[in-house]
Amino acid sequence: MLQGLAEELRRVLRPDSVIDDPVRLRTYECDGLTVHRARPGLVVLPEAAEEVAAVVRACVARGVPYVARGSGTGLSGGALPRTDGVLVVTSRMRRILEIDLDDQRAVVEPGVINLDVSKAVRPDGYHYAPDPSSQQICSIGGNVAENSGGAHCLKYGFTANHVLACEIVTPEGEIVTLDDGPGYDLLGAFVGAEGTLGITTKVTVRLTRNPEVVQTLLAAFSSIEQAGEAVSAIIGAGIVPAAIEMMDALAIEAAEAAVACGYPENAGAVLIVELDGPEPEVAHQFAQVKALCLDAFEQRVARDDADRALIWKGRKSAFAAVGRISPAYIVQDGVVPRTSLPRVLASIDRLSRESGVKVANVFHAGDGNLHPLVLFDDAEEGAEERAEGVSGAILDLCITHGGSITGEHGVGVDKARYMPRMFTDADLDTMQLLRCALDPAGLCNPGKVFPTPRLCGEIPRVRRGEPEGELY
Amino acid sequence: MSEATPDAGAGAPTGDDPFGALLDDCVHCGFCLPTCPTYVLWGEEMDSPRGRIHLMAQHHEGTPLTPEMAGHFDACLGCLACVSSCPSGVQYDKLIDHTRAEVEREHPRTVPERALRAAIFALFPYPRRLRAVRGPLRLYQASGLGRVVQPVLARLSPSLAAMERLAPPLGRARRLPERIGARGERRAAVGMLTGCVQREFFPQVNSATARVLALEGCDVLVPKGQGCCGALSLHSGRTEEAKAFARATIEAFERVDAIVVNSAGCGSAMKEYAALFADEPAWAARAAALSGRTRDFSEFLSELGPRARRHPVEVTAAYHDACHLAHGQGIRSQPRELLRGVPGLDLREVADPDVCCGSAGTYNLLQPEAADALGERKAIQVGATEAELLIAANPGCTAQIASALARRGTEIAVAHPAQVLDASLRGLGATPLLSHPDQIARTTMR
Repeated sequence: MLQGLAEELRRVLRPDSVIDDPVRLRTYECDGLTVHRARPGLVVLPEAAEEVAAVVRACVARGVPYVARGSGTGLSGGALPRTDGVLVVTSRMRRILEIDLDDQRAVVEPGVINLDVSKAVRPDGYHYAPDPSSQQICSIGGNVAENSGGAHCLKYGFTANHVLACEIVTPEGEIVTLDDGPGYDLLGAFVGAEGTLGITTKVTVRLTRNPEVVQTLLAAFSSIEQAGEAVSAIIGAGIVPAAIEMMDALAIEAAEAAVACGYPENAGAVLIVELDGPEPEVAHQFAQVKALCLDAFEQRVARDDADRALIWKGRKSAFAAVGRISPAYIVQDGVVPRTSLPRVLASIDRLSRESGVKVANVFHAGDGNLHPLVLFDDAEEGAEERAEGVSGAILDLCITHGGSITGEHGVGVDKARYMPRMFTDADLDTMQLLRCALDPAGLCNPGKVFPTPRLCGEIPRVRRGEPEGELY
Repeated sequence: MSEATPDAGAGAPTGDDPFGALLDDCVHCGFCLPTCPTYVLWGEEMDSPRGRIHLMAQHHEGTPLTPEMAGHFDACLGCLACVSSCPSGVQYDKLIDHTRAEVEREHPRTVPERALRAAIFALFPYPRRLRAVRGPLRLYQASGLGRVVQPVLARLSPSLAAMERLAPPLGRARRLPERIGARGERRAAVGMLTGCVQREFFPQVNSATARVLALEGCDVLVPKGQGCCGALSLHSGRTEEAKAFARATIEAFERVDAIVVNSAGCGSAMKEYAALFADEPAWAARAAALSGRTRDFSEFLSELGPRARRHPVEVTAAYHDACHLAHGQGIRSQPRELLRGVPGLDLREVADPDVCCGSAGTYNLLQPEAADALGERKAIQVGATEAELLIAANPGCTAQIASALARRGTEIAVAHPAQVLDASLRGLGATPLLSHPDQIARTTMR
């Protein structure tokens, strides 16, 4: 069946944009999360919205499921392909179409790399604010799907706060534009829908003016509790830093091995506190922050941009750097109210000690977004299951403390099973109403987000065949 | 000191499956993608380092080497930008060298492919054979036949056309004496590798290197017995051939304290000897010792520290990172420091310095289309600096970029850092760098 589709699509797309060689297909079997793998039935690399729409329509006509993928750096398996479906890869749609500095916006194709937007406007004193750790390679389209965050989202907000409009191909193959005009906020629903409501083909992003000054403090503490108290004190003082990041000893060890970031030795935890804004305000608050980090045994202020970049390099490469100290690991992503941080961290520590499974902690401390890295040796019998156990237990901790099973990596395929721990069946059914309204055939990235995909027909009140025009 | 080169990852080769352990280091994060030249060009997973590692893993697990797989490995430039950008310490250099050797063993090549490879490897690593083609090449260049031949070649074989286009304009090749004495008080005694292509086609770079070393107080020894270091063979999967060249190089340089190398690819290969002979007890220690004594020209001068007086060289210059210097040896700051130490020299940075220019050893001969596209990209970025002089520590890079600029109708003078230093130390100013016929890239028709 897919062979016929491949031939049809070769007539629409450039012939070399349709991949059906089994060896090549396998290189697309997973994204940044490698525990879930599925060889796609077919891979297409469209270069324009019309091509994406043609692919989607061809899939819908044949009842073939399809999944969109950007740079393949997701950490929840949101772009996990279907063996019986088509993987629509946007990595060749990477043109920056328009930069409008007067209105502080840029129009980009979905395959454009996050950091490339900032690079393009840097000489003019602007940047694109959301900065996931993978910003050097993750795509804007993927950021839209996952509503990606990043260290500076504490002050500047997530992707949703920086997307002004999206041109999408709907699950039925129509090209429409969602924007922030009056009426239902369909753009709000689309950003963060993890690719289940259509495929982004063009994004209008907000450009943020670079702050007048930036000050970065690296503070080293002997214990993670002390670092946690400093975080509470800073936020409690009414300061909104651009970022507050924490790393524990194990995470520091990994980062040091990977990029020689020169963090103070023997630290139980380091905090990276960054302030930005007008000079007098930053100077005043930076002095306050330094005073509030009184327990730190060493405080280091970034001398210049190069020094600041090195401090951040340690933090931003931490996930992959853990590969240096452990053969395998799970990157977890959960949220707790900031005030519960010390208790949750103590519980994670207890979980780790009781199970003998090592956990490295890296997190956006300012908004309570944890990224525990659960280490294991995949060559050891049962180690992966034990690590999975600890990883799941950490999410339970987040939920019992009133938090969430994901902060910014998304639910994808990896956390769909945890959704019922946070939501009732009625909650989940209500969410699926929206999905069914837009994707009645259930072909657009099926199997993601929800633990038990429902056939749209099973749900009462949903009328099928609604004309699309009324929705937008 | 040089910036730290990435050391072994968590799964350093141990146990009974060292290649599998090297493959396991990759955590699939994708940080290598944006600096991979072929990913930049084509945006395909299987033409990225992460995708190629995945292909290697498929083959390692038992999938036969398909022509498609071999094509993706052949398309890799071996620029090692991925090694620099990998946070997990994946040793892609070892992975691709091993894989290329497997491709050579298992993948049947077509007759024209075999002929081209045979010609390249029978010619370039042999200075004497290169010398033999110099005469006819000079005659050909002087005749102006290129205008007629180039379009025909372009249709017949893009590889041969690339070879014709990239051949440097030739002057008289002067031999270096076996010993050049230090000027002033002697600070060091060093051996100098003269290389193959460098020695026959870019002799002016070698003489500049020797002069700068002598002016900085070094006795320079140029051992007569030296030949090719084996870089070309090593980076093309011809391991046994590479080892034979390496053994001869080890023997030739066994008696000097330091070996100064002015070609990025050669220096990188010589620093790899230790790993190349790790399993051969008879050679392991000697190879490791040689690797430990090998220094790039700018690396050596940076360790030695400046002593000779720098005279002004008024020129706007762009510095291009040769991959085997930046990624292969972690040498980025030293050549820049050296050049910034020259009064009057306005040093400009080229955008995306991590991305290869497409020259990559024999790549522009074996994969001319991809090499041209990358050359074009780099030419635009170099052009944007508005520099009059392009400086790089590898003759292949400067030839590649100058040729791409020429296709766009722009001429740029090219030089090795040693030539810039030479002009500064001897107080010659910028004129010889900008006007010497040997330095000016030949405008070619396309």
